[in-house]
Amino acid sequence: MWRRRLLFMLPLAVFGLVAAWFVAGLDPDRNPAAVPSALIDRPAPPFDLAALVEGAPGFSSAELGRDVVLINFFASWCVPCRIEHPLLIDLARTRQVPIYGIVYKDQPDAIKRWLGELGSPYARVLVDPESRTALDFGVYGVPETYVIDREGRVRFRFAGPLDAETVELTLLPLIESLRE
Amino acid sequence: MIRVLLVAIALLASAPAFAVEPDEMLADPALEARAREISRDLRCLVCQNQSINDSDAALARDLRLLVRERLLAGDSDEQVIDYVSARYGDFVLLDPPVKPKTWLLWFGPALLLLIASFGVLRYLRRRQNAGAPVPLDATERRRLDALLREVDDSTRSSDAGHTP
Repeated sequence: MWRRRLLFMLPLAVFGLVAAWFVAGLDPDRNPAAVPSALIDRPAPPFDLAALVEGAPGFSSAELGRDVVLINFFASWCVPCRIEHPLLIDLARTRQVPIYGIVYKDQPDAIKRWLGELGSPYARVLVDPESRTALDFGVYGVPETYVIDREGRVRFRFAGPLDAETVELTLLPLIESLRE
Repeated sequence: MIRVLLVAIALLASAPAFAVEPDEMLADPALEARAREISRDLRCLVCQNQSINDSDAALARDLRLLVRERLLAGDSDEQVIDYVSARYGDFVLLDPPVKPKTWLLWFGPALLLLIASFGVLRYLRRRQNAGAPVPLDATERRRLDALLREVDDSTRSSDAGHTP
């Protein structure tokens, strides 16, 4: 008898499972189009980039690992880059972390104009003419921000414009813990 | 009718439009064919449901050029795919690899089919058993006879009641 009753409960149990699955799918923080980075916890890919401004120092992967750094891919044609820009300026002003900017598919003149207008949060601005470094990092849009730890490994990737909440709740605590 | 047929023939005979630009193509047709074959299984991450063969996005172009560059460097097809997925992860593969994390994806439907056919089999077997009547055993026989006798008696007595 109890076996039979259990069998009658089965549809209800199945419904419960399916409903839980759907509710999880409604999570507003869940983005099914988000691409997980393949580089997490792996060494940053090797690169050696020239500076945007002639004569300024370039930047290579050999220089990684001294301190926790942010690498930010950006472009002047990218509207979300403009949105996150004040947050980067803030990070730079409070000297919490050095930010290296890598220009993605843009004209040097356009970038210079953009930085002249908005100010530069970057310790150095690098150019990536063939987008090779972007490809090696797995960049699929701009802006993208990477956290590199003291061993030169990629620890975090954020695709899209940074927001105050992500900076406060994820980025800064992570940088803090990586420095310990 | 002929017009419909002509349209159908034209649609069937037309080649799919690729986004591959002439300046990207390799001079060696064999290598170019391999590049197309590989690119068919690589997802453009900007417009996620297109392969890089079909996408006009700048990233797709970069990836197409990368695939061709690796082929010219002498990579095998698998090496090219590994090279790209080392950077962009499994997400870039339109043909997902079989590994513990994707077992549910690959074997889930077969599992569901198995469970369903087990259920159907059980149901059918039970129905078949129900179809063949089981003869009554001695106790059941006696009980039934007693019940029938009771019914007979009561009808007889009620009949008697009506007799003036």
